Amino acid sequence: MSDRFVSRGFVGRAREAGDKAGRVPPGQYLTDGFPVLSAGPTPQVPLDSWEFTITGLVRAPARWSWQEFTALPSRDWLVDISCVTKWTKLDTRWHGVSLDDLLGAVEVEPRARFVTAHSYGGYTTNLPLTDLLNNQAFVAWQYDGAPLDPAHGGPARLVVPHLYLWKSAKWVRGLQLREEDEPGFWESLGYHNRGDPWREERYSGD
Amino acid sequence: MPEPLAWQISTVTAIRTETAEVSSFTLELPTWRPHRAGQHYDVRLTAADGYQAQRSYSIASPPSRAGEVDLTIEKIADGEVSPYFHDTVVVGDRVEVRGPIGGYFVWEPAFGGPLLLIAGGSGVVPLMAMLRERTSAEARPPAVLLHSSRTFDDVIYRDELAALAAADAGLRVIQTLTRSQPPGWTGYDRRIDRAMLTEAIAAAGPSPLVYICGPTLLVEAAANGLVELGVPPSQVRTERFGPTS
Repeated sequence: MSDRFVSRGFVGRAREAGDKAGRVPPGQYLTDGFPVLSAGPTPQVPLDSWEFTITGLVRAPARWSWQEFTALPSRDWLVDISCVTKWTKLDTRWHGVSLDDLLGAVEVEPRARFVTAHSYGGYTTNLPLTDLLNNQAFVAWQYDGAPLDPAHGGPARLVVPHLYLWKSAKWVRGLQLREEDEPGFWESLGYHNRGDPWREERYSGD
Repeated sequence: MPEPLAWQISTVTAIRTETAEVSSFTLELPTWRPHRAGQHYDVRLTAADGYQAQRSYSIASPPSRAGEVDLTIEKIADGEVSPYFHDTVVVGDRVEVRGPIGGYFVWEPAFGGPLLLIAGGSGVVPLMAMLRERTSAEARPPAVLLHSSRTFDDVIYRDELAALAAADAGLRVIQTLTRSQPPGWTGYDRRIDRAMLTEAIAAAGPSPLVYICGPTLLVEAAANGLVELGVPPSQVRTERFGPTS
């Protein structure tokens, strides 16, 4: 790549060495903070009216109250997360329930291939079912040992760490199983349909 | 598949100092696409060894200026890309960019108004693009800008905003300075609060389209405050940032 463009006089930060370098997707930089990005006001969701549902192409739709949901088998998750706005944060610690357990409880119909996550406040995002299975995704209600802050998606948030963070729907209230893919909020506004940070799938056409 | 948003090499044709920490860079684009006020460009810097860094910066200029965009960039002390712009870039330099990007935090004249714009610090940049776009529109909806800065000298676009407001009865600019105020200051002197939001809503008029951009704490306070004052959440668009380094 001898013809690659070089920015005159740009040196950049000290390069990350070893293990860390291999964990930062292309075009991302490491941060120790936890920036907040949302398209509108943070919804305030009282726990006594909170619920989580799984609907659509399932044998038996399910509905959990907050008490029921947080009593499901749950565990700690230590994951790296990347936001399309360029920051990556390593070793974030969450607590929640695996999507395998949630989807196992409703018996997904074989023709279901996509999932739309719905949030309090109206946000939606779409994912292939295959991106949610095999312990790749979870619904978290704790971050770093404390209840998940509303600004970061509390009471509960979908977390799909191997995709850009807009797929990890804040304030999640349900999953809808579908046969056809349906673009969600950002996916309808010029962002990539899948959003794999390692392929740098930021915007439509990437 | 939609067309990829291709990287292109722009040329810096002008640099304007806005404040001690903030400058505007005019980029001439080989492939210019009209943007919508509120959108941003991605910038990618490449070092000689191939190392790259990317950041997003809001467009300050209106889409009526064909062929180029202004990016207003605040220098973040421990940043990587913004110090490069402030300390290294000179007129004539080439910068790799792609855009315009973003489809929600946008306003165009067809959306109408009234407009209620709330900014903290350099969060005013995408809102300035909206005000500049509004100025050249045939029908100008009423607009209010509530702008919080640290000091008088930190107020980005201060003179231009004052001139726009003086020439336009439909535009009201409310400034607050949170850290220090010059002698004779007649604006507010504290963080954005309920009283300021109440005044801004009253000045804007019924059912405003709201755009809020700034640091997370300011955006959370302003957005939650407006919702408590009865503004429907669906009318409130936000863009939050930690500093974009």
